[in-house]
Amino acid sequence: MNDTRHTSTLPGPVLLAEDVWKGYDGGEVPVLTGVNLAVAAGETVALCGPSGCGKSTLLHLLGGLDDPDRGVLRVNGKRIDSENARLPLLRHAIGFVFQLHNLIPDLTLEENCLLPAFAAGLDKQVARERLRELATRTGLVHRLGHRIQKLSGGERQRTAICRALMNRPGILLADEPTGSLDEKTGAQVFDLLMEIAAVEGTTLLMATHDRRLASHCARLVEMHGGRIDESDRVE
Amino acid sequence: MYLRLIATNLSRHRVRSLLSVAGIAFSVAAMLAVITILQGAVGMFSNLLTNDSQIIVFEKDVSDLFFSNVPVRAAVEMAAWPQVERANPVLFGVVTSGSQPVITCFGVEANDPRLRKATWTSGNPASFGSDENGVVLGQRAAAFLAASVGESVPIGHAHFRVVGTLKTSNGFEDGGVFMPLKAAQKYFRKEQMSSAITVKLKSRDDAAEFKSRVARQYPELIALEDEEFSRSYSQFRILKATAWAVGGCGLLLGGLGVANTMIMSVFTRIREIAILRAVGFSRTQIGRLVLGESVTISALGAVAGLLIGELALSLLKAIPALHGYVDASPKPVLIAVVAALALLTGLAGAIYPMFYAMRVRAVEALRFE
Repeated sequence: MNDTRHTSTLPGPVLLAEDVWKGYDGGEVPVLTGVNLAVAAGETVALCGPSGCGKSTLLHLLGGLDDPDRGVLRVNGKRIDSENARLPLLRHAIGFVFQLHNLIPDLTLEENCLLPAFAAGLDKQVARERLRELATRTGLVHRLGHRIQKLSGGERQRTAICRALMNRPGILLADEPTGSLDEKTGAQVFDLLMEIAAVEGTTLLMATHDRRLASHCARLVEMHGGRIDESDRVE
Repeated sequence: MYLRLIATNLSRHRVRSLLSVAGIAFSVAAMLAVITILQGAVGMFSNLLTNDSQIIVFEKDVSDLFFSNVPVRAAVEMAAWPQVERANPVLFGVVTSGSQPVITCFGVEANDPRLRKATWTSGNPASFGSDENGVVLGQRAAAFLAASVGESVPIGHAHFRVVGTLKTSNGFEDGGVFMPLKAAQKYFRKEQMSSAITVKLKSRDDAAEFKSRVARQYPELIALEDEEFSRSYSQFRILKATAWAVGGCGLLLGGLGVANTMIMSVFTRIREIAILRAVGFSRTQIGRLVLGESVTISALGAVAGLLIGELALSLLKAIPALHGYVDASPKPVLIAVVAALALLTGLAGAIYPMFYAMRVRAVEALRFE
């Protein structure tokens, strides 16, 4: 693995949603109703809105985990309509941090973090070095050999951040990353996320309903009833 | 990492995994033991018939040699053919005696190679045939009939005098009774008849010529080389087919066990599979994981089953009553086939769970977090 970030060199947005529609139960439960969103490289964007407004669904669609009913999705300028197009994105271009860490409890911190590298077929030694670098930055070096069950909530979420960044993705999608943590730990995790995004030059799109944290992002995007209402930049 | 994930998944539900391994192991052990025992029995019966000869001649179209009728005169005529070194008639019969439900009787002539090759533990070959009522007992038959030389033993509806006992490596012979051919013909009411003729040729190259001459001169008889006989004798075929069927049923049950384990394994960790998909695992990689688990279970089961099977065969061989019937050395080909079948069963059991796991979409499992 080299230090090359997997970002687009194209001038356009790295994340683009054009008139995206999505519903569940055969469309009976509409979630997204014509969403348009463009995120530029290196931007930190907070996606705010009440529960059920479609934040997670939009993140899943942009991350290639789900298909829209209608509309166009592009990551690094490429359409992500097929499995073949999405798999390289998940492996190299996009990292996910979920609200619940979604780590595999029976594996150690190290093993969990190495999963994306293994999936992408990266060199073991290089992957281990990358993990050590991330673990140092997140203060988890002493916990590498520990199983997930032995970690605190904050440590688990920091582990999830390490895992998401293992393959040096250019884009980090975070779905309520502090939602399951107490205020103090949540703030620490958020700060870490912002710091790493800044240091690594990663584009960050984060769904959150914590407006205080969202205010630290360069841009705040409001969602209501499956649509986006973009406000001015938040200072 | 694959191995780590496989080990993690299997160790997560140890009892379930062990039960699956045990299912395959006992199936493999049963298959190995049953087929080895039957192959051993078939081999011994085949050796018994083709003893020190290359050709066996018997009545055409009989399903069982016990029902075959071959005139002894044919053996006399064949013995005079230029390519024949020796032709020995043998008459088979089965009787009961006391508590013994089955005793195989061999009506043979005094010069029969079976008697010459055996190790005489009492009496001697010269003592056989001079007394029409004198029989030689296999060592095990002598033991269960509690008879020794000079004593009278009940064989079916008659009594015979023991003139010798002998030891052979063949269970059928060791548990059988050798009667003079004429006595056997009289006893089984088959005057001038034998069940088969075993023929030793001067050269095996003459086998084809010999067989065609038999076909010409004795259209009611058939001559088969020993390998042909082992392969085509209907009783052997039935036994072999039965052995494979029994073993196959065992493996099928083992395979269902593996399938059940793998289905449960996949169903209970849909979320984990979704996580793997979300971090970049392809469908193929997920499929390989499930297959890997199944193959691991099957391989462990196969190894354990082969060991259990070998142990069971050794124990069976140690039972005196089964001496000579159980061949405790399974053929390498059989071991390979049984192990391969176990692996194939495991793979077959993993097909549905594998495709199910490959279809898991990350979003379905993660949406409701």
